[in-house]
Amino acid sequence: MRRKSTAHDVKRYPGFRAITWATMVFLYGPIIVIAIYSFNEIRSITVWGGFSLDWYIKAFNNDLIQRATMNSLIIAVSASTIATVFATFAALGMRGRRYRGKEAAFGLISLPLIVPEIVSAVASLVFFVLVGIPLGIGSIMLAHVVFCIPFAYLPINARLEGIEPYYEEAARDLYADGRQSFVHVVLPMLFPGIISGFILAFIISLDDFIITNFVAGPGATTLPLAIYGLVRTGLTPEINAISTMLLLVSIFFVTLSFLIGRWQARTQS
Amino acid sequence: MYFRRSLFAAALFAGALTLGGPAWAEGKLNIYNWFDYLPQELIDKFSKEHGVEVTMDTYDSNEALLARLKAGVTGYDVGVPGDYMVAILIKEGLLEKVQPNKLENYKHIDPKFVDVYFDKGREYSVPYQWGTTGFMVDTATYGGDIDTLKVIFEPPAELSGKINMLKDVNDVINMGLRYLGHSRCNNNPEQLKEVNALLQGAKKHWLSFNSDGAKEVLVSGDAAAGMIWNGFGMRARAEKGTLKYSYPKEGMTAWMDNLVVFKGAQNVENAKKFMNFMMEPENAATLTNFARYTAGVMGTEPFLDDELKTAYEVNPPEGVSMEFVPPCEDDVIRLYDRIWTNLLK
Amino acid sequence: MSAAVPPVRKERNNMRARAALMSPALLIIGGFLVAPLFVVLVYSFLTPGTYGGVIWEWTTDAYVQFLFEKDIFDETLIFSTAYLQIYSRSFVQAAASTAICFLIGFPTAYFIATRPAAQRNMWVLLVTVPYWINLLIRTIAMLFLVRDNGPLNHLLLSWGIIDEPIHIAYTNFGVGIGLVYSYLPFMVLPIYATIERFDFRLVEAAFDLYADRWTVLWKIILPLCAPGVIAGSLLVFIPSLGAFIAPDLLGGGKNLMIGNLIAMQFQASRNWPFGAAAAMILMTIVLVTLIFYARRQGRSTVRLH
Repeated sequence: MRRKSTAHDVKRYPGFRAITWATMVFLYGPIIVIAIYSFNEIRSITVWGGFSLDWYIKAFNNDLIQRATMNSLIIAVSASTIATVFATFAALGMRGRRYRGKEAAFGLISLPLIVPEIVSAVASLVFFVLVGIPLGIGSIMLAHVVFCIPFAYLPINARLEGIEPYYEEAARDLYADGRQSFVHVVLPMLFPGIISGFILAFIISLDDFIITNFVAGPGATTLPLAIYGLVRTGLTPEINAISTMLLLVSIFFVTLSFLIGRWQARTQS
Repeated sequence: MYFRRSLFAAALFAGALTLGGPAWAEGKLNIYNWFDYLPQELIDKFSKEHGVEVTMDTYDSNEALLARLKAGVTGYDVGVPGDYMVAILIKEGLLEKVQPNKLENYKHIDPKFVDVYFDKGREYSVPYQWGTTGFMVDTATYGGDIDTLKVIFEPPAELSGKINMLKDVNDVINMGLRYLGHSRCNNNPEQLKEVNALLQGAKKHWLSFNSDGAKEVLVSGDAAAGMIWNGFGMRARAEKGTLKYSYPKEGMTAWMDNLVVFKGAQNVENAKKFMNFMMEPENAATLTNFARYTAGVMGTEPFLDDELKTAYEVNPPEGVSMEFVPPCEDDVIRLYDRIWTNLLK
Repeated sequence: MSAAVPPVRKERNNMRARAALMSPALLIIGGFLVAPLFVVLVYSFLTPGTYGGVIWEWTTDAYVQFLFEKDIFDETLIFSTAYLQIYSRSFVQAAASTAICFLIGFPTAYFIATRPAAQRNMWVLLVTVPYWINLLIRTIAMLFLVRDNGPLNHLLLSWGIIDEPIHIAYTNFGVGIGLVYSYLPFMVLPIYATIERFDFRLVEAAFDLYADRWTVLWKIILPLCAPGVIAGSLLVFIPSLGAFIAPDLLGGGKNLMIGNLIAMQFQASRNWPFGAAAAMILMTIVLVTLIFYARRQGRSTVRLH
């Protein structure tokens, strides 16, 4: 017998709804507050002095921020592109039934997720210095490719696992060779996975602070490094403005990736 | 074959990255400076006059600068280390001997800053700014006598828990040594043990360790007292009038930051042009008007803000004892580092 | 790879093609993560140079320094808990954050998973968004909110709830809040994933046997959702242990955690071997934790992300 009334709903626990709402307030409160204060006309952090976009204009005109944004974009686009290509290859290579070394390969790919970031950071620094790779945009990009690979790999692999081999078998029955069936059948089906992999890698690269902080060199200040530098001097409304813009960028990409995920789920079923 | 090809691709990719180091070319200058220590106005002026593209990164302590250089970070051309750090960098072979004493504007240097202990005859460095390291108190919070280090180490109730310290091993330990009446660069274990105990005991009164934010933390009111350099303090007072710079009776550190060229710099000629540019009295005055310390070259007076002529922070009262502190011996440095790590944990 | 190729060769070709496809990713990770970790291991047995870098003389000093301290007085080695304290404080801090994340994360995940399917996606998105927002920005936002003169204290003061600002920023408590705030979504999402698949007929059966609500939660739902809880705990615990940003910003640089201790050795303190040793010890703790859980829960349950 199913109990339908709320009082006897077997799934319901009193207080859980309240906790969930509290969690949401906790998660969103600080970022909403910082966004609101970024429009405060006066410098004060407690008093509201009227609506203004001054801090945004100031942030836009800040040379350091402009350069850092450029650097961040260059690094994030290249690192996530390379990582996505490599991750796609790896997912294709590891596809299918079990074989010797599959678990080891998977372990190696997920290693960047397991190693604490601070350890990866000092390891990269020490290694780059030891083998003589100059610190700068190049070293940051290289370090980013490493930790972006697993983030790109996971959605691609998840999608690939959902593509049953009989699609390719069907293509072969129609006299497509391996290449043709891959290009015309597997790749298009894999595409949404590749896109979400790319987006995740892109956000992760754009946001990274700790590893970048260690392997950055002259003129290679990224946006998070610039923001950290500003914060160390104190919280100003300009930082609130920059933060809010970055928040919007992240939210945009996450929502995009989420929508792609839903579309993917629909096309798969 | 596939395997070999992709190996090759990976190797090529790695190779391409190693080549893409920091940019150097005709017309570039990479500056490594303290935060908020060079006005954009001067960078723009230098860029325009010499057709040089300037990039600048920042650090927050002499030790951080040293650590980056020792970590093998290359690509910076000029830096602004403090006096004792110049001595260490010369000793470690990290500076280029560019002989700024042969530059055209060298003649403007104040003679008393030519034969300095860290660079006799100025073979490596030219003065940037000099000043003192002290602390400020918000007189709206605490009205008592502030010209004593007691305010920092045994603060009155109003200030307890509202003190920001500079994130600088030497400045903090030297302050402790002065408070206890011991000499600087001290390797006397008994006395260092006292310093250690003093710092450990005082830590509970301290809010944070922050150098870059030394001004902001006072202006925002998060801290009511804080270590600060005099010029930075003057800028803090401009934003919050109740702040007052202290001239502790126990004495204080004077320091001089200097422009230097790093070993292996890619743009030595531009670096020398920049040194020469910064010794020009008008430019030195522009820097001083921004940073609010004191220039090491003469002839800046006509270009200086009136306020600097009377400001309390740069015009110490009679009888204040100020000293430059040379670098200590290796064993003392190690002991200091140990006390410092011990303090921060 | 045409049909005419004999099976054995086809198999070999197949393996080669696999290797070729996997090699770029594996080589990059091997060359630029595994090799660097090995270098760190080597460095942890070298001698520090006075002003940074390493001197190639083998020693275990870095590890000895971890447990013992040369007395400032007389150079004798005495057992010292100073560094152990940093590790144990980090451990407690990370464990407490994990526990708090669980206490608020589980009900949240449960509530979301029991919404009608149409609402569920919306809730999941709401939890996911902060997960992808820049950690630095989120920590700054939290610091902004809770500082002594910040909006939170201002609000509480003006409502008359408190007479004096509560000190949250620059305390261990502040760091704790920062850690929970940083990693809470890592706890909610895996738990949500297990509850969503949970078969509620079991609960109905339990009710039919007159179990009360909380007994059902404790005896049936929780144990069956253990894999999600464990995955979530690991995802919160491991990054908390090595956290750098929260202790640095919310702790005011005053109370070090492991991450800051390691960073400091490569920055102002310039003791690379000790920093390397500290990193290796952290790595070991993480691996032991992972293996411990993997052993206890069986292989399939420990799946990061």
